[in-house]
Amino acid sequence: MQEPIADLLLRSLLPLIEGAILGTIPLALSSFAIGLVIALGMALMRLSKNRLVSGIARAYISVIRGTPLLVQLFVIFYGLPSIGLVVDPWPSAIIAFSLNVGGYAAEVIRAAILSVPKGQWEAGHTIGMSRGRTLVRIILPQAARVSVPPLSNTFISLVKDTSLASLILVTELFRNAQEIAAFSQEFMALYIEAAVIYWVICLALSSVQGSLEKRLDRYVAH
Amino acid sequence: MSPTDPIAADPSGADPSPAGQALLTVRGLSKRFGDNEVLKSIDLTVQPGQIVALIGPSGSGKTTVLRSLNGLEVPDAGIADVAGEVHVDFAASPSRAEINALRDRSAMVFQHFNLFPHKTVLENVIEGPVQVQKRSKVDATADALALLARVGLSDKRDAYPFELSGGQQQRVGIVRALALKPQLLLFDEPTSSLDPELVGDVLDVIRELAGEGWTMLIVTHELQFAKQVADQVVFMDGGRVVEHGHPRDVLVSPQHERTRQFLRRLLDR
Ligand SMILES: Nc1ncnc2c1ncn2[C@@H]1O[C@H](COP(=O)(O)OP(=O)(O)O)[C@@H](O)[C@H]1O
Ligand SMILES: [Mg+2]
Repeated sequence: MQEPIADLLLRSLLPLIEGAILGTIPLALSSFAIGLVIALGMALMRLSKNRLVSGIARAYISVIRGTPLLVQLFVIFYGLPSIGLVVDPWPSAIIAFSLNVGGYAAEVIRAAILSVPKGQWEAGHTIGMSRGRTLVRIILPQAARVSVPPLSNTFISLVKDTSLASLILVTELFRNAQEIAAFSQEFMALYIEAAVIYWVICLALSSVQGSLEKRLDRYVAH
Repeated sequence: MSPTDPIAADPSGADPSPAGQALLTVRGLSKRFGDNEVLKSIDLTVQPGQIVALIGPSGSGKTTVLRSLNGLEVPDAGIADVAGEVHVDFAASPSRAEINALRDRSAMVFQHFNLFPHKTVLENVIEGPVQVQKRSKVDATADALALLARVGLSDKRDAYPFELSGGQQQRVGIVRALALKPQLLLFDEPTSSLDPELVGDVLDVIRELAGEGWTMLIVTHELQFAKQVADQVVFMDGGRVVEHGHPRDVLVSPQHERTRQFLRRLLDR
């Protein structure tokens, strides 16, 4: 006996949300956090006067942005074992997504750092700060304000891109949808249901972005 | 009158410090940017408590002199000595630590204020004392509030720079410099980016500081102010000190044709 679509959708809501809460969201959050650290490092290397150092960062960013994320994911999960490095699905996904965010966000952070006027570095210097301290206390807080909108876009893309992890067997929202779809043969219904959940997550993120921007805008003229 | 003439450097004739130790001694300061020789052996002597006005046409190297003393540029040659305690020989490729030791003796007030826009007025002022000089926040705050009160900005302590007028921002810039308790205050055209009606307030603050014994090197186009407040006026042109001495001498009866031309042009504006 065939189950009505409405019942199927309702019954699959829980596993899909579970996939989001236990898979998609932690995957996105941890990859984004690690990715930002990589990105900051790459941005600073890219700004270095040392040609070798900035060259390394430039090459990294170019490779990451010039190759498909899916291929990066497959290189780590399916490629590395052939040179004797077996990485589990979850760590593979986190590594691939972090490296990817690192490449994209590096350019955003670099541009944001460069957007802070030179006089701010000089003011930090004149009150006796080292370059590192000026970066952390004076430059980055101002760069953060400029980079929230583009970094939010990076994060929202990442949330959607985590669905690729289903292809290396990570249990997350989309993989759960695929399994229920295959079992019930209701592909259209399940994939649209998954799409709606992704959409809701992204709407929530956009509103977080809005309030973050407002918070960081408190010290600029309107 | 030669630029190194010690009498000219101390127009009062009286020796302001018992040991006769100048607060700032600059000799042979030279700097080039590529092919552009911006400073051509600058000599400068500033006695403790003296107010020195640095004047001259745009591009003559005034800003570069201040920036060199504050470690924002590194000259190619020459020496800078503060009170006989810090001595940097730029020809001997000084380390960053040596240059920072020189920098820590002075504080700069910028033409465009360069306040930290993401920090409140009070935070701007205590940033250096707390973060760099490691003074307690309570202490630094008490000092900062006293300084803000003196420049009439007590009620702005929690405002962000964008909420202030240019004149108020520059007074915060001055307080931020004072809070570091430097031996030497460097002002780079502190009123040049202000609307005319706001210039007076900032000059009044500097005038008050002059009365309190601060040693200051001020780049300015405000000749009237220089005449009233400065102990010494230094006229620079083309990277050289053309003449220097008492404001009366340099501004009223200058010896050099270049100085006369410059003053005439400034007065004609
Ligand atoms: N960072 C720099 N790079 C190249 N040239 C510079 C730099 N800073 C200043 N200059 C040049 O040095 C000269 C003197 O500049 P400056 O000290 O700012 O003069 P002033 O303050 O008297 O107007 C100018 O010709 C200026 O273009
Ligand atoms: Mg200048």
